[in-house]
Amino acid sequence: MKKIAVIGGGIAGLEVSRLLLQEGLPVTLIEKGSRLGGNLRNYAHLFPDFTPSDEILGNYRFLPSNSDLQLLMNTQIESIDFSTQPYTLHSKDGIAIPADPLIIATGYQVFDAKLKEEFGYGIYDGVITSVELEKMIKQHHIVTPYGKIPRRIAFIHCVGSRDAKVGNSYCSRLCCITAIKQAIETKKLLPETEIFCFYIDLRMYGLTFEELYLNAQKEYNIQFVRGRLSETSEMIDKRLIIKAEDTLIGRPLQMKADMLVLMVGMEASDFSKQFAYHNGLEIGDHGFFQPLNQFNARSKSQKEGIFFAGTSIGPMSVAETIEHARAAALSAISYLKDKEY
Amino acid sequence: MSTFDFLKVRRLYIDYDNLDQELLNEVIREEPSFQWCISCGCCTATCSAGNHTTFNIRRISLILRRGEIEGLEEELKKCMLCGKCTLVCPRDIQLRNVVMNIKKIVLKKKTA
Ligand SMILES: Cc1cc2nc3c(=O)[nH]c(=O)nc-3n(C[C@H](O)[C@H](O)[C@H](O)COP(=O)(O)OP(=O)(O)OC[C@H]3O[C@@H](n4cnc5c(N)ncnc54)[C@H](O)[C@@H]3O)c2cc1C
Ligand code: SF4
Ligand code: SF4
Ligand code: SF4
Repeated sequence: MKKIAVIGGGIAGLEVSRLLLQEGLPVTLIEKGSRLGGNLRNYAHLFPDFTPSDEILGNYRFLPSNSDLQLLMNTQIESIDFSTQPYTLHSKDGIAIPADPLIIATGYQVFDAKLKEEFGYGIYDGVITSVELEKMIKQHHIVTPYGKIPRRIAFIHCVGSRDAKVGNSYCSRLCCITAIKQAIETKKLLPETEIFCFYIDLRMYGLTFEELYLNAQKEYNIQFVRGRLSETSEMIDKRLIIKAEDTLIGRPLQMKADMLVLMVGMEASDFSKQFAYHNGLEIGDHGFFQPLNQFNARSKSQKEGIFFAGTSIGPMSVAETIEHARAAALSAISYLKDKEY
Repeated sequence: MSTFDFLKVRRLYIDYDNLDQELLNEVIREEPSFQWCISCGCCTATCSAGNHTTFNIRRISLILRRGEIEGLEEELKKCMLCGKCTLVCPRDIQLRNVVMNIKKIVLKKKTA
């Protein structure tokens, strides 16, 4: 019986599996969807250097043909029975899977923008999310819902993040740099379009992110307004009116735009949220899995033999996800070695 | 424009060494949430008074923090206490209560 189980076939679960298989260890990889790759499959190019996401995903192309890998697709894990040894995973369809060790790589989901009603998502067609824009960029086709080329686009930062009103007080870390990435890509496709980013703080935490910000100003004439969107309305011609304060000037601002892109934040997946109600694994204040500590055990859980990989513990970039997944694989390997002796 | 009086620069520098913090501290005592504003401007953008006058609730908060309280009472008369600012604030700051407290404290001081 193969016992190492990995829940989630996103980039984190794929990297963990790849490393364990490389060590000659058999792995059961469980994915609820019908395809591997997770959220990354929806995105066109990646910050910081516009590498196509397909290139990163391509590194795992040959994984499914590895005979040591048992791949369970369309299998959604609903609960973990901690009373058995090994632990038992139960799927929605009633399959029981032994797991020891278990690596949880269930990732994230994006904030449901409909919950910020005043921003107009789901009410006005011109209001879209950053995930929807990624799909348009992937198809090299950015148009308004009415088939027109948008002449002005406003990117709205911090949607569903840093917002006590929706219960997400944390910063999602990646949406500032994602906005800049998307603004540049949009400008490349639509050079005549005016682009404005509405931000509260610009968080360019990566070594080369500030350069991209500078480049957005220098090469692409992207405008930055310091102020958070307060509300959206629609005109008869379907264009949008947005209200904010230009806080650096200190006056309220109104702007017409053809399209609004909401930079939706990253939230814990349903799988981790459910542990807030059922005991077994610790959930932090923000709904993500809580690692043993924030320094040298970020991929360990409080439970023996259970490890975390990737965005199941909080927002991370692709590079950070892959590194974290490697740490999880290493932890799982030393756990197995310790057990042998 | 006379309505700009309140926002007029009074000193060249903000004088951090001689800040008049008495009112600020009292407001924070009454309404602690006032302390964690991130100056995002949502309150100002949605403010009922701010949409018709030069009233800027975010700047008033900031100016109070810098101890520049001259003319504050007069300026606050423009607030309609509608509470829209509190509704939109991402940090859940009870701004309407802040306004009411400033008024209360200033009045108390005058009658004392
Ligand atoms: C709009 C946007 C743009 C981004 N752009 C970039 C970028 O340019 N560069 C960059 O570095 N990062 C970017 N990111 C971040 C990037 O998406 C993440 O770093 C990465 O996808 C995380 O991978 P993951 O495997 O941890 O999670 P996920 O991709 O979420 O994978 C988790 C997998 O687990 C599966 N799963 C979940 N629950 C269960 C269950 N109960 N049972 C079975 N399977 C389950 C899911 O179906 C999914 O396949 C962006 C994020 C957003 C929101
Ligand atoms: S990364 Fe930027 S847009 Fe995202 S939550 Fe943080 S500050 Fe807001
Ligand atoms: S909305 Fe709240 S956080 Fe933003 S400026 Fe106003 S009081 Fe401060
Ligand atoms: S309560 Fe006063 S400050 Fe707040 S929105 Fe209404 S008028 Fe503006």
